[in-house]
Amino acid sequence: MRRPERLDAALREAPRGEWLDGAIAAVGERPETIGRFFAQAGRRAGRGPLPGVPGWTADEAARALLLAALPADRAETEIGDLYRYGDADEKRAVLKALPMLAVGAAGLPLLHDAIRTNDARLLAAALGPYARHLDQAAWRQAVLKCVFMGVPLSVVDGLGERADRELAAMLAAFADERAAAGRPMPADAATLLDRLTREES
Amino acid sequence: MRIFDPHIHMTSRTTDDYTRMAAAGVRAVVEPAFWLGQPRTNPGSFTDYFDSLIGWEPYRAAQFGIVHHATIALNPKEANDPRCRPVLDLLPRYLDKDRVVAVGEIGYDSMTPEEDDAFERQLALAVEHDLPALVHTPHRDKARGTRRTLEVVAASGIAPERVAVDHLNEVTVGLVRDSGCWMGFSIYPETKMSPPRMVQILKQYGLDRMLVNSAADWGVSDPLLTLETGTAMLAAGFTDDDVDRVLWRNPVEFYGQSGRLDLTPAVTGEPTFAGSSIKRGGS
Repeated sequence: MRRPERLDAALREAPRGEWLDGAIAAVGERPETIGRFFAQAGRRAGRGPLPGVPGWTADEAARALLLAALPADRAETEIGDLYRYGDADEKRAVLKALPMLAVGAAGLPLLHDAIRTNDARLLAAALGPYARHLDQAAWRQAVLKCVFMGVPLSVVDGLGERADRELAAMLAAFADERAAAGRPMPADAATLLDRLTREES
Repeated sequence: MRIFDPHIHMTSRTTDDYTRMAAAGVRAVVEPAFWLGQPRTNPGSFTDYFDSLIGWEPYRAAQFGIVHHATIALNPKEANDPRCRPVLDLLPRYLDKDRVVAVGEIGYDSMTPEEDDAFERQLALAVEHDLPALVHTPHRDKARGTRRTLEVVAASGIAPERVAVDHLNEVTVGLVRDSGCWMGFSIYPETKMSPPRMVQILKQYGLDRMLVNSAADWGVSDPLLTLETGTAMLAAGFTDDDVDRVLWRNPVEFYGQSGRLDLTPAVTGEPTFAGSSIKRGGS
């Protein structure tokens, strides 16, 4: 479990904390009610940046806390359904919450789904800390897809530790294609390739 | 001229259309769920389509600076297929979403008992989810279909000002005006309604509760006929404010009743971030 306490504290200071308290209590008792609360979170908890927790908005945090309130025996099923029937904001909130939830690697298929999309917001959300569950081949492809789509590599958690020679080879090939097309390589990818190449030599 | 197209099927349109629409002043659209030309055969086919209406399509629209909302429903034509009807049980999940601003398109195609049932159930869903309803009127037997539509709406208990009855013409507009419902007009290159005829209707019936849309889809249609109608209004002596009322403020007022209309200008993002992702999957 990572950081749910910080999200919780930050949200308590928001004006709509009361709605969230009721929703969390209801979800704990009747997990099947989470669908409506989850869909309404933006309208009830707001969508602004969460004070003190960079990278999180109020609706994402409220949704993460709702997910964390699910009873353990229902969490996997409900989380899968919420993602399946979620709009883009709901899907993104599920992806961002995964590393805080006690579901082990069960959320991995959701990451694969998000990485298959061409929605930059979902791809970015899939490459947070939970991406440690991706095997190395899938993770490299996802990183390369970020470069391809122009998603900043700063969204990739643990990039420095996990980037390897094979990723360097893929980036080098991509750089060659871009050069042939007379198109620039994104600066962050060029920097990464340069570093990986220097480490190798 | 700022334009809100209250009924357009962007899923069937290209990025060229988005570019031309944005250049013409279209800043917001509502995309109603409807049939796709090719009949569907199972509920999953509908949910994938609904997912697109609340996921991929608003994302695509945003990259051209256009705000996209949707209406969700089982359409009347496919309500007749027992293989599709189970989607009615899946609708509540979608009717709670942020960008869903009405139940629709519902109504009649051939006026069968199955259509009666789906229409009534979905009007009840609109009341339950506190949403307006967008009602399609049949292409054939339109006057009788419109009368029956208004009877069903009245019996459902939904407030008439929360209902738009669409695809109207000279024959059906009076019925709908008298009911208190909003009047929708789909401007088409050849069929339903043309810009000059629309201008005549506005002269005769006024601007209250009037909605003008292109209903552009996969058939012969033109997403810029809203603009052409606005231009025809000006040529006929209507003011800029009149045009703004019909093409912007009216649809904002109608869909605003959902409490979910968010017209914050779409974020187009850096061209290398969001922008390039649509151009053929990235590059």
